[in-house]
Amino acid sequence: MFSILKLRRLGCLALLALWATGVLAAPAAPAVARQGTTDHSKLEALRGPFKSGPEVTEACLSCHNLAGHQVMKSIHWTWEASSPTTGRKLGKKWAANNFCGSTLSNETRCTSCHAGYGWVDKNFDFSKQENVDCLACHDTTGSYKKFGTDAGHPLYADREFEPMEGPPGKKQFKAPDLTKIAQHVGKTGRANCGACHFNGGGGDAVKHGDLDSSLKNPARELDVHMAKDGANMACADCHTFNSHQPSGSRYAATAKDRHGLDLPKDDHDRATCESCHGLAPHKEARINHHADKLACQTCHIPEFARGGIATKMLWDWSTAGKKDAAGKPLFIKDEHGHLKYSAAKGDFAYGENVRPEYKWYNGVVHQISITDKLDGLIAKDGVLELNRVEGSASDPGARIWPFKVMRGKQPYDPVNNTLVVNHVYGDDDTSLWKNYDYDKSIKAGMDYAGLPYSGKYDFIPTRMNWFITHMVAPKEKALACQDCHTRSADGRLAAITDIYLPGRDTQGWLDLLGSLMIAGAIGGGLLHGGIRFVTRRKEKAK
Amino acid sequence: MSERIYIYKRYERFWHWSQALLIVGMMITGFEVHGSYTLIGFGKAVQLHSLAAWTLLALWAFTIFWQFTTGEWRQYLPSLKNVGAMIRYYSFGIFTKAPHPFRKTALQKHNPLQRLAYLALLAFISPLIWVSGIAYLFYGDWRQLGIDGWLNLEWVATLHVLGAYMITAFFFIHVYLTTTGHTLFAHIKAMITGWEEVDEKH
Repeated sequence: MFSILKLRRLGCLALLALWATGVLAAPAAPAVARQGTTDHSKLEALRGPFKSGPEVTEACLSCHNLAGHQVMKSIHWTWEASSPTTGRKLGKKWAANNFCGSTLSNETRCTSCHAGYGWVDKNFDFSKQENVDCLACHDTTGSYKKFGTDAGHPLYADREFEPMEGPPGKKQFKAPDLTKIAQHVGKTGRANCGACHFNGGGGDAVKHGDLDSSLKNPARELDVHMAKDGANMACADCHTFNSHQPSGSRYAATAKDRHGLDLPKDDHDRATCESCHGLAPHKEARINHHADKLACQTCHIPEFARGGIATKMLWDWSTAGKKDAAGKPLFIKDEHGHLKYSAAKGDFAYGENVRPEYKWYNGVVHQISITDKLDGLIAKDGVLELNRVEGSASDPGARIWPFKVMRGKQPYDPVNNTLVVNHVYGDDDTSLWKNYDYDKSIKAGMDYAGLPYSGKYDFIPTRMNWFITHMVAPKEKALACQDCHTRSADGRLAAITDIYLPGRDTQGWLDLLGSLMIAGAIGGGLLHGGIRFVTRRKEKAK
Repeated sequence: MSERIYIYKRYERFWHWSQALLIVGMMITGFEVHGSYTLIGFGKAVQLHSLAAWTLLALWAFTIFWQFTTGEWRQYLPSLKNVGAMIRYYSFGIFTKAPHPFRKTALQKHNPLQRLAYLALLAFISPLIWVSGIAYLFYGDWRQLGIDGWLNLEWVATLHVLGAYMITAFFFIHVYLTTTGHTLFAHIKAMITGWEEVDEKH
C-alpha cells in the first residue's frame, strides 16, 4: 500500500519535473489542415449534372460501395435503437418527448432531418441504399440544405414558401447546386451535424440547450474544444464514427468511463471526456477523486445556452389554438423576439445562460414510449417524467450529472392512460397546424399509428431530462469549490441530499456543543480575569 | 527580588510558536471548510488546511525526536501531587495574591495542573483530531484501501469538527492562562526569550 502511494508520488514528481522543463507545458501545435488523397471534383463519376439527391448518392456508391449499407445500419437512418441497459426500443420512432411529440403522421416535416430521402410515411422502404443522403454529412461548401417539408430532400428548384411562425409573406428559397456540392465532399464539420442537431425540436437551440448554431463558430469561452482559438475540433473528433456508426448516443451513455484513454488498440469510441483526458487529468489528486462521483461536465459546463441563443425550457401544448379578433391564428413574440405564444404549439418559456439541474445518473434511462400505460409512472408531484434517470450515491456506477430539465404539458388519453400521437403537420383537414383542432389531429394521429384511442384527450404535465455535455468552458471558467461546498441554500448541489458534503452539511448538536465550549472558554477567562482585576485593585487600595 | 532562569530552550520556543501559528491557521481555515463562515474560499481553505496539517506532522516528527533525545518528555508525566493546591490557587489564591504553589524550574516547567491538561490534550484531543483528520485527508483513497465499507465521511467529519471545537476552547483557556504570571505578559515573554523571572522566596 505504502509502495503504491510512494510510486504515485514519484510519478507526480517525474511529471512535475517534465512540466518544469517545459515538456508538458508546451501548448499543442495548431492543427494542420489534413488533406485527403482524392480531389473529388476531378472524378468522372461526379461530373454530373445531378438533378436529385439519390442521383448523387448512386454516384458516391459507385466508389464507396460499402457506405450505403453502413449508414443503413446506423441510428441516423433507422431512427431506432434498443437500450443496452433496459432492452427497450428507443429512438425517434418510439420514445416520447415533450417537444413535437411523435414523428408518426408528421413524416414529411420531421424527416427533413433523416439521413435519407423520401421518408414520407410509415411505408418508407428502409432497404434502398440510393435513398441514403451522403451530402447532409459530407457537404463542405455549406450550401447544401434539406428543405424543411420535403421528407429529407433538398429543393430541386427555387421555391416561394411562407414559414408558419415567421413574419407574414412568402420567402424565396434557393435550390442548392448539387453538382458543385457533390464535387466538394469531405469530412463532416460542425455545421453538417449542426444542421439537424442544433435544430432539434423544430428550431435553433430549441431542444438540447447545449447544442445550437452558436457552436458553428464558437468563442473559446463558449466551447473550448470547438473554438478556432481553442482546439478547433469537429463533432466527429469525439463522436468518432466506425463504419458510419456514431459513438456517444444519448440512449447508451457512458455515465462513468472506467477505461480512460482511447488508444489505437481500443474501440475508437471517444465520446467521453476520459477518452482523451484520461482518468486523472487534474494536477491535484483531490480533484481527480471528485470524478468518482461527479461527471466532468458538472464542473466544466457551468451553464448551458451560453452562445446568445435561448433554448426552450417550457412548452405548454394545452393553450394552442388561440386566434386573434380577425380569426387568424395568434403568434406572439416577447421583448427578445422569441415566440412566446404560437397558436400551433402553445406557450413557451426560454432560458439563456441556464444553470443545469443536477442528478445522479448511472447510464440507465427509463424512457417512456408512446405505447406505455402511464399507471404508476407519474411522479409524486403529479408530473410524468418521460425519461427518469437512474442512480444514487450508493450506486458505484453513478455520477452527478448536469441536466436541462424540459418542462411541458402535452396531450394524452385519460381513458386509456397513454400518451397520444398528435398529427401536427400536413396540408390536410386534420393536422393541428392547419386546422387548430386537437379532436381532429389526435384522432388522425392515433388512427395513423394504429393505436387505441378513446376519443377523449386531456393535457398532462411532463418533465424530460437532457444531460448537458457540450459547451465545455475553458478551465478557468469551471465551477469553483464553494459553488457546491457552501451552506447557502442556493448551492449547486442543494438537490443532492444523499451525501455528506463538507462545507454544506453539519449537525445541529455539534455546532451547539462546540459553540458552548468556545463560549465557556472565553467567558470563563473573562470572568476569572475580571475577578482578578477587581480583587487586585482592592488589594492595592488597602 | 526575583531571579532569572533559562526554561525554554531554542528548539522548544521554535516548536511552540510555529505550532501556534499552524494551529491558529488550521482553526481559521478549518472552520471555513466546515462552512462556519466564508473568508478565502472553500478550495483555498482546504489547500492551506492540508498543507498546515502536513507541516505540523513534520514538526511533530522533529519534536518527538527532540523530546526523547533530551529527556524533556518527562515534563508531561502526570502527577496528582499538589493538583489540589493548584486548583485552590486558581480558584482563590490568585485573587488574594497568595503565593503560587508551584515553582518553575528548568527540570519542572509545568505545574501539576498543566501536566494534566497537556496529557489530556496529547492522549485524547490530539488522537481524535489526527485520526479523523488523516482519514478525512485520504477520503479519496478509501475505496482503494478497502476501508470505504466501514468508514463514513459524515462521522469522520463530525469527529474532526468535535476535536476542532475542543482544541479551540483549549486555545482560549491557554491564552488566558498566559496572563496569570507575575505580570500579564511574563509567561509570553518567557516563551519568546526563554528566560523566566522566578520569585526567590520559594
